[in-house]
Amino acid sequence: MTDAYIVGVDMIKFGRFPEKTVPQIGAQAALMALDDCGLSIQHMQALYCGNLGQASGMVGQRLLQEIGQTGIPVVNVANACATGATAFREAWASVKAGLYDVVLAVGVEQMGKGLLGGAGGKTGIPKEGLMGSGTMPAVFAEAGMEHARHYGTTFEQFAKVSVKNHHHSTLNPKAMYQIETPLEEVMNAEMISYPNTKLMCSVNVDGSAAAVICSEKKARELGLMDRAIKVRASVLASDPWQERDLVMPDVNSCTQKAAKEAYEMAGLGPDDIDLIELHDCFATAEILHYGNLGICKQEDAGRMIDEGEVALGGRIPVNVSGGLLSKGHPLGATGIANIYEVSTHLRNEAGARQVEGAKIGLTHVIGLGSACAIHVLERAS
Amino acid sequence: MSNQPLPAVPYLKIPGDGSPYLEGQKCGSCGSTFLGERSVCSKCGARDQMSAVTLPNSGKLYSYSIVYRSFPGIEVPYISAIVDLDDGTAIKGNLINVEPDPANIAFDMPVEVVFADALGRKDADGNSYLSYFFQPKT
Repeated sequence: MTDAYIVGVDMIKFGRFPEKTVPQIGAQAALMALDDCGLSIQHMQALYCGNLGQASGMVGQRLLQEIGQTGIPVVNVANACATGATAFREAWASVKAGLYDVVLAVGVEQMGKGLLGGAGGKTGIPKEGLMGSGTMPAVFAEAGMEHARHYGTTFEQFAKVSVKNHHHSTLNPKAMYQIETPLEEVMNAEMISYPNTKLMCSVNVDGSAAAVICSEKKARELGLMDRAIKVRASVLASDPWQERDLVMPDVNSCTQKAAKEAYEMAGLGPDDIDLIELHDCFATAEILHYGNLGICKQEDAGRMIDEGEVALGGRIPVNVSGGLLSKGHPLGATGIANIYEVSTHLRNEAGARQVEGAKIGLTHVIGLGSACAIHVLERAS
Repeated sequence: MSNQPLPAVPYLKIPGDGSPYLEGQKCGSCGSTFLGERSVCSKCGARDQMSAVTLPNSGKLYSYSIVYRSFPGIEVPYISAIVDLDDGTAIKGNLINVEPDPANIAFDMPVEVVFADALGRKDADGNSYLSYFFQPKT
């Protein structure tokens, strides 16, 4: 099988664009990714389009109406918060399989404000607040408190994740917010679901990101290897059976499984990774994945944040983009935005937040329910 | 409209004579228990091995969150709790009769299942519902 490379990748600055349609928002990133490699829509042999909010709305085809209807196959993808990464992976797989030489992957989302989730079905009475909470801040709080019960992780340590990621975002002009949030401010912000305060919840924003994926032969023909990023591994996992699945959506076992398979596919280990963009939808979520991704033992996750090992300049920087907590979390776009971030560092183009000497990076997203997508990326030249 | 309260979830059983109870499904092949009806075991894949079992009314607190922000009309704060029942079945619900403060909530604290009206909630036809809650074991 051929190797597959990212030759063009970009994202729009995340924000709120109620005056635009979903395809219009997606079209912006698609054109930016094409411009990043100097190709046009006429070069693209297929489009893989990730969007959750209008999953039945043929967003990919409507996106082509904005940028060029060339008649190529379009696959619309929905996979909760792993939607963008899944669209990217389908694009990657089509190139790996030799079906196409050059394809486009887009992730796009337009979000409202407010709480996501909620327990209970459509019949009978509402279950929210009667049988616990199905809101996302509560579900991820319970996942964090599971870590607390096993490893003694504290409210303060969870809060420090938010301090770190908000700090990182001050260096990222494409983040929704560029605002420092000191520890006291994070801990004293409105409590949403203990231990997640408002500043420990990701930001609902609109956004899009896109990538052009190319076979090695085609990338060489087009003279695009200089800034190309090799996809060393692409893995998607669902959640293997766990005893509390029916009441506690599991984000751990699918991450552990996907990480193991990704390291095997890439032929390397966690010590080889220079930076990580992972799924910090809540501050409590980030800490779980240090151990799940193997960058430390599970019991050392709190120490990692205390000692700054996961901050920019530390041993293995995590979410230097600002993460979902401050860059923002447009569900369907997040997976490709993470790939953009890591690629930008591997190209040594990340400006003030550049992870020095970054050669290999990892991206991780979780779609609750659950899907985990992991990509391992490496600079080609 | 029913004269009697209806179960808030299908796995809460209200017998004509006797006390309400929670019902699980146990796999005859691997022994896993599940809340709710099913015909195939999601752990081992065995088919048609499920049989109904009465779940115990006691267990231990596994994890929780104290919910301060919910949807409009939902009274806060409350404690959203994950409980491991004594037979190992995991179940989620409100932990009541505890001040919603982390200082008062300990992992593995023994809890019991109690049955009560579903916080006054009624469906579109005006039916009342019976729900379950957890409270510290006395």
